[in-house]
Amino acid sequence: MISIYARRRSIDATSKILMGAATVIGVFFLFWILWTTLRFGVAGMHWDLFIKDTPPPGTDSFGLRNAFVGSLILLSISLLIGVPVGLMGGTWLAEYGFRSRTANVVRFINDIMLSAPSIEIGLFVYAVMVDPMGHFSGLSGSVALAVLMIPIIVRTTDEMLSLVGSDMREAAIALGAPTWVVITKVTWKAARAGILTGILIGLARITGETAPLLFTALNNQFFSKDIFHPIANIPVVIFQFALSPYSNWQQMAWAAAFITVLFVLVLSLVARWFLGKVQVPK
Amino acid sequence: MSESGVVSRLEIRPMSERPKSVGRPWGLPADFLFHKMAVFAAFLVAGVLFATVIAIAFDSRLSIHAFGIWKFLKSSEWNPVTQTFGAFPFIVGTLVSSTIAMVLGVPISFGVAVFIAEIAPAWIKKPVAGAIELLAAIPSIVYGLWGLLIFAPVFAKTEPWINDKLGAIPGIGLLFQGPPMGIGMLTAGIVLAIMVLPYISSIMRDVFLIVPSSLRESAYAIGATTWEVAWNIILPYTRSAVIGGIFLGLGRALGETMAVTFVIGNSNVLSSSLLMPGVTIPSVLANEFTEATTKLYVSSLIYLGLILIAVTLIVRFLAVLLIRRLGRREGAKA
Repeated sequence: MISIYARRRSIDATSKILMGAATVIGVFFLFWILWTTLRFGVAGMHWDLFIKDTPPPGTDSFGLRNAFVGSLILLSISLLIGVPVGLMGGTWLAEYGFRSRTANVVRFINDIMLSAPSIEIGLFVYAVMVDPMGHFSGLSGSVALAVLMIPIIVRTTDEMLSLVGSDMREAAIALGAPTWVVITKVTWKAARAGILTGILIGLARITGETAPLLFTALNNQFFSKDIFHPIANIPVVIFQFALSPYSNWQQMAWAAAFITVLFVLVLSLVARWFLGKVQVPK
Repeated sequence: MSESGVVSRLEIRPMSERPKSVGRPWGLPADFLFHKMAVFAAFLVAGVLFATVIAIAFDSRLSIHAFGIWKFLKSSEWNPVTQTFGAFPFIVGTLVSSTIAMVLGVPISFGVAVFIAEIAPAWIKKPVAGAIELLAAIPSIVYGLWGLLIFAPVFAKTEPWINDKLGAIPGIGLLFQGPPMGIGMLTAGIVLAIMVLPYISSIMRDVFLIVPSSLRESAYAIGATTWEVAWNIILPYTRSAVIGGIFLGLGRALGETMAVTFVIGNSNVLSSSLLMPGVTIPSVLANEFTEATTKLYVSSLIYLGLILIAVTLIVRFLAVLLIRRLGRREGAKA
């Protein structure tokens, strides 16, 4: 009898230690990656990064201005495309489709899109935009990023609108408000912290995306604001510079990676803070 | 919902139906327009999935026409000079690197999930769960940068040891022989394992937490240990969603591009050793797409993408289906 108890207890103890170790491994890699990014990123910081353009190979100057501007343009346009579509799609699911069969099918497909490898989206946008237009362009990059972002916004909007109680809707309808006013002025407002969280998470997700941009926006060595032609952007610059033999290019890759990670982490933290403000009804 | 974009599939919905604005049978133009815009957006969201498959299949037509299906799948010749293309090394590389990621990643994810859901004291739960979720927030290009410039040199130092110890085992020893380069199939698998960890473990954790406490408490009441509760009560109860979470991670691993491209070494030559450089479908796409000069070359690369989509689509479909099944059972009870 005692040996059975001892065995069970030792299995239990061993398993707890192993699970604790698994967690330590996960957290260890997080800190290792963050620490290296911080160390090399800060070492690579240079004022010229923000005021000069990417240098040609073989020179030892610094500069990422064109890439920063390009990335900001790409992200802004994806927000302009992704937020309205995602918001309206989520609104349809929560307010019109509700629990109908069609709505559940759309939710299912959206969940599949949520985990789509970004390279597939890049190929898709290449096939429908870059190939017909005949050349790479910043606009197609933004479309690819928007496609990646939309499922996240749809899902959060749907969930957050579903948390808004029926009493609020009923009160607004009782006052004679038409459906679109009920949605825009009452339910959207009640769920705005949650919806904003979804948009921030979506933005964080696409900020460092590189694979789809290789098939769409590509890169540009020079400063450009023309979204109908290839445009410089941070992720692709990191990709090209990291694999280069020049030490100043590698330093710039680290600096760019550091700024990207910082931006994504801040977005994630703000999103979490907003999520804390969402009131879950009992 | 969790913060990394890994969203728990357990829907909280009020049971009552949506109230409708009635008493205005003629309808307002603004209402009509708003409704149509919402319908259009939802249609667009659902349509993109089909459009992706169709557009990519259409763009690979040249290559499908030239090489057929079966021949393309089993041919290992990839030669831009003679314009002959085959997918075999890329398919094998994608499957091998993802298998390594799953073999390493799934047990660790399970450990993390059980630790957070069952073992950890309350004060440590939140920060640890948050830290693991942050792993999902780090862009894959940063994993690649770190993997190539930091992890690979460190890993190269352990490779002689792997050679000596694991390489000496008859049979599977073949998998662990090779020069200590630091980059290769095994490195890619390890980096992938870290990347899928937050996705798998947060799904597992979320579903572990919805196991009814009555089940858990009855097991503890008859004297079960924490491990026995986790393995014999919680895991069977959440099995479908746990498998779904694993499939979700597998889908990520199969399609991961940047991190793998950095550390896999990019060699089209198949090798029996995991320490040797390899190649995957996403990595060859990232490396060769912009350099592809002829139409057939580009089309063959897109054909590879089509194969990848076919595989990940099935994996993702199963993942969502399995995760939802548990959610529905819970919803019916609530």
